[in-house]
Amino acid sequence: MYKVLKATFITVWSLFVLFPIMWAITTSFKPESAVVNGATFIPFLEFQPSLIGWKAILPGPDSITNLMTPTLNSLIVTAGATAISLIFGSLAAYGLSRFTYGWKNYSNADIIFFFVSQRIMPPVVLAIPFFLLLKQLKLLDTHLGLILVLTSGLMPIVVWLMVDFFNALPREIDEMAMLEGCNPIQAFFRTILPLSKPGLTVAGMFCVIFGWNDVFFALTLTATKVLTLPVAVIALNGTVTPYWILAASTVFSIIPLVGLAFVIERFLSRGSLGGAVR
Amino acid sequence: MKKGYPRFFLLPGLILLIAIIIFPLLFTIRVTFSSWNVSQTGLNFIGGENWAEMARDTRYWGSMLRLFYLSFLTVAIQYALGFAIALFAWKGIAARRFFRVLWLIPMMTTPSLMAIIWRSIFTEDIGALNGLLSRAGLDPVNWLTESGPANVAITIAEVWQWTPFMFLILLAGLLSLPKEPFMAAAIDGASAWKTFARVTFPMMAPISIGAIMIRLIDASKIFDSVFTMTRGGPGNATETPAAYIFQRSLQDFQIAYGSTLALTYLILAILTLTIIGKVFARLSKPRGI
Repeated sequence: MYKVLKATFITVWSLFVLFPIMWAITTSFKPESAVVNGATFIPFLEFQPSLIGWKAILPGPDSITNLMTPTLNSLIVTAGATAISLIFGSLAAYGLSRFTYGWKNYSNADIIFFFVSQRIMPPVVLAIPFFLLLKQLKLLDTHLGLILVLTSGLMPIVVWLMVDFFNALPREIDEMAMLEGCNPIQAFFRTILPLSKPGLTVAGMFCVIFGWNDVFFALTLTATKVLTLPVAVIALNGTVTPYWILAASTVFSIIPLVGLAFVIERFLSRGSLGGAVR
Repeated sequence: MKKGYPRFFLLPGLILLIAIIIFPLLFTIRVTFSSWNVSQTGLNFIGGENWAEMARDTRYWGSMLRLFYLSFLTVAIQYALGFAIALFAWKGIAARRFFRVLWLIPMMTTPSLMAIIWRSIFTEDIGALNGLLSRAGLDPVNWLTESGPANVAITIAEVWQWTPFMFLILLAGLLSLPKEPFMAAAIDGASAWKTFARVTFPMMAPISIGAIMIRLIDASKIFDSVFTMTRGGPGNATETPAAYIFQRSLQDFQIAYGSTLALTYLILAILTLTIIGKVFARLSKPRGI
């Protein structure tokens, strides 16, 4: 009885997870007639697959949009924001894990809370001031501008994950290095950093996911030069583009990250994620 | 130890974050006392008019109430389902690693793009769901133009998108649990249900709380699904504060009024989430293992 329930649950959940993705993939191969006359599901049986959706978004004579530059922009912005967040975030997290800071009544816990609380900030609160700020600094519609703004959302994730990760690393490691004559900075770079690869990878993956998938800031703070991939697709959505083209461009822009699911699963199964969530 | 070393680690990150955030925050506070809009740009001073208008703005408070139940409901569902599939993917099923990858995938997809796909699924005339319903001989549902079904549609999209996040954190937690308590339970002959209620669940309490808090924080910002799927409609039936503020400040360019709403939204979010965090901390303390 329990076994049947479990199998049913797993099947239903897996179908639910797959359904929108399969729908997106099949729709991206549908000709017009298979979309506008009502829902069709099974290729070859219910409709003849066609490449018009894909031809519209990939370079070629039928292309209606250029997704290659946006892809490059997304890569640059995501990589930049992830790198900055990892560097500054893990340094701060290490400090917060090893030293006691105090300023008036504020302690380490409050500083950590300050970092993490930045995630509460709804993007819509910051959109206009960021716009004016970047305009003043001449950073509107530049990679650097978007990278800095995204960093404010990503660094909290790094601090949140890495404080716990560093707490789980025994203090004896740094003390040993310092006995051998390293100062704390050398101790961090020579002994702690090499041991932190699992934690940094996990934190980095979260940054990549949230950075790549950000639409709000990219939409409000960039115009043409730094159009990111999701925003380019949203722009198509805004101009009454047919569903087969929207589906093809959506599939195109989510594929790069789906590969990350495999990486995360490997970390999970090796047990390296355990320390990161405690 | 010299004082400089601790500072070397903390200050660069702290200063960078404050530098990015401080101007927008101060500006938002100041602009709420002005009348900045399409025709009047700049920082004049009109006192508390925006705040008084906000107090009367039933559409705003309605969206706030909606956000409350929408975020609590979606996070509760995500937690229950995420815990269930995390338990299955933990041990005891074949092809565990395959299911783990599969169940993580929605988290990797871009929410605002998947919202386009969800809209095409829920679209009433040519959408997938009504197509399936009609094949099963059932009546089509007005998924996007009727208030009840529209909220269901948003909930489904949110659950699909974010249950994997819950699943990931909870599974990582399960995998890091010590083995001894489970052995002890097995020696005592505890049933599967008892082992879960007395051992697994209490040991998972701290991680559960962390996961729920993170999800509540993100759920307090629900925007992508609402904006793309229903534009807050029908009427205002699915409008969340983020969607409403987006419309007031970025589409109607009522910068001052929009900022007033946004600032209040931020303060309420911080207050509510801090209270919830404190309650959780108190609940979990006496029974902590």
